[in-house]
Amino acid sequence: MMSILIKGGRVMDPASGLDAVCDVLVEDGKIKAIGENLTAEGTVIDAAGKIVAPGLIDMHCHLREPGQEYKEDIESGTKAAAMGGFTSVACMPNTSPALDNAALIEFVKNKAEKVGSANVFPIGAVTKGRKGEQLAEIGDMKMAGAVAISDDGSPVGNPEIMRRALEYSDMFDMLVVSHCEEMSLANGYMNEGAVATRLGLKGIPNAAEEVQVARDAILAKETGKRIHICHISTAGSVEIIRQAKANGVRITAETCPHYFTLTEDACEGFNTNAKMNPPLRTQKDVDAIIQGLADGTVDAVATDHAPHHIDEKEVEFGVAANGIVGLETALPLGVTYLVKKDKLSLSELLAKMTCNPADILKIAKGRLEENADADIVIFDIDTPFTVDVNNFASKSTNSPYDGWELYGKVEYTIVGGRIVVKEGKLQ
Amino acid sequence: MKLSGKDLLGLKELSAEEIRYILYQAEIMKQILVQDAKKTPHLQGRTVVTLFYENSTRTRLSFELASKYMSANAANITASGSSVAKGESLIDTARTLDVMGTDVIVIRHQMSGAPHLIAQHVKAAVVNAGDGMNEHPTQALLDMLTMKEKKGRIEGLKVAIVGDVAHSRVARSNIYGLNKLGAEVVLGGPATLMPRDIETLGVTAYEDVDKAIKGADVVMCLRLQKERQQSGLLPSMREYSKFFGVDTKRLRLAKEDALIMHPGPVNRGIELCTDAINLDRAVIDEQVTNGVAVRMAVLNILAKRGN
Repeated sequence: MMSILIKGGRVMDPASGLDAVCDVLVEDGKIKAIGENLTAEGTVIDAAGKIVAPGLIDMHCHLREPGQEYKEDIESGTKAAAMGGFTSVACMPNTSPALDNAALIEFVKNKAEKVGSANVFPIGAVTKGRKGEQLAEIGDMKMAGAVAISDDGSPVGNPEIMRRALEYSDMFDMLVVSHCEEMSLANGYMNEGAVATRLGLKGIPNAAEEVQVARDAILAKETGKRIHICHISTAGSVEIIRQAKANGVRITAETCPHYFTLTEDACEGFNTNAKMNPPLRTQKDVDAIIQGLADGTVDAVATDHAPHHIDEKEVEFGVAANGIVGLETALPLGVTYLVKKDKLSLSELLAKMTCNPADILKIAKGRLEENADADIVIFDIDTPFTVDVNNFASKSTNSPYDGWELYGKVEYTIVGGRIVVKEGKLQ
Repeated sequence: MKLSGKDLLGLKELSAEEIRYILYQAEIMKQILVQDAKKTPHLQGRTVVTLFYENSTRTRLSFELASKYMSANAANITASGSSVAKGESLIDTARTLDVMGTDVIVIRHQMSGAPHLIAQHVKAAVVNAGDGMNEHPTQALLDMLTMKEKKGRIEGLKVAIVGDVAHSRVARSNIYGLNKLGAEVVLGGPATLMPRDIETLGVTAYEDVDKAIKGADVVMCLRLQKERQQSGLLPSMREYSKFFGVDTKRLRLAKEDALIMHPGPVNRGIELCTDAINLDRAVIDEQVTNGVAVRMAVLNILAKRGN
């Protein structure tokens, strides 16, 4: 394989703290050298004025294959990932059928190797068919390449099943990733509050999420096992996790860009591109999420990339599908709303999108160091660009960010030494 | 004068001036209703279709008669009797009506925002005849017309709205409309039926109905759906009636000449007792009559847009 020499960029590796203007040499799919005045024959990328960082890792996305290829598939989803600077994604098992056995995990792995533009790490289901009743074959899925288990899209409603899942999965060093939603409290379409009251839409209180975050923290403490909490959206969840961490519970958490950039106000006008689960909350929650990111309570920023066909969004708000696409806007939203607003340093943001999710999932990724896989992103934090959903590589356009002006445009994405995105375009 | 939008989606979207204009037009239309021969050529050649996804007697009939009194072509579609039952999308159904030459689509739907959705996709004017828990603008307009007739004004009135505010589109539309016209709106009802942050709409809410009714010029009761008990929001109709129902004793807290209103149909003895309904100042029948006048005015204004 030819070498790639990335010249003169600001090279950042949040895991080691490296932050210096230098060169990066890639050979045979690995990072060969990092240093000043490197030379090599082959492709040269001028990265002057740009950020050179480990390829981003999304620990929570929906690739929709098998079964819902009209929304997205592994090919289009990983293209969207690459366009957003992600070199590795962990995809959720709420496909049709659900990824609840080794054969389906292998299918996703194989398909991704064949058509993928990014590394794909499948997450298997906690329970068979994601029904919350019987444990899935967790050990077998681990052997097939699953990196974690989750019934995401639905909670594991039964606390006893969750307890046993924690105990059983730990034997295989499989992390339980928990979608926290107490269904009996979640009988609504958007955040419960002033906007829902004004629009006449049934609301979902913060407690619907927090009741299960608290439950899971207690179960993780009781069992001594690890747990990771998905897409937290409320101030209360941040506080519960902060307390649990202080008490030594083995708990980690992620949030998504929409929970630090948008509030329930985005639902005004019955905007279904602002309908998601958990719902967009209030400014108080947004502030608490940002504080949680800043003080380390929230370990990772994931996308919860949830592509839906326009026919599932251009309907009555109550029946519209939950979720938004996020792979192609996550990094710019983090740069614009966290880094540019001095909430997080760029290195801190990158940590939450590279080494932290890699460490939580225990995958050997997320580092820019010699001999590491050559998964690299190069992006621009100085020149604003305008989001245009029609240019997305994703099959779906359900984004509330269309037309937003952001910083952090991805110029190059390199996956295993292969240039997948060049000058902002898929190769 | 015309309305600023092509549709009537809610009173949230209208200005005070637009609301006054519709009420003024409704007063004119009411003159037609009191004639023996109720027929005018106002909407000759125009087509009004009611598209109802929820059961309704009075609202639908009211729109239908309003259309017919003004010589419009009127047709009715119900969810069970059309391609809706075959799984057609709401937008496709609305577009079908649109391209058949419909001037006004009157829609009732169980989902909040459904009229707003179709309004973006059709040329026809869309009238919201009740969407989920959001709005029922023509109901609030007829309520305000009734208050104006009986009290001579809306500004400065204290209007108590009592009952299941959380699920009530009638309450929401009245809150928006009455606030815009300068009335004071006070709400009363159990905590489980009061929506969160309702104060942000510019009202005072009480769990004690007596406090809400005290000194009111108008007492408006809301219909209590029986399924609220099944879904765990109330222990029983009996207890609801005891603590939150409006009876003649409770009405003594209101002004002596306070109007008693109800959007109908009434659960007698639950949210409103029969003795109160029989009082002279109970104006429930007048509300129904005014409903036809208001709908004539709305149809007349919207069907003729762009001409």
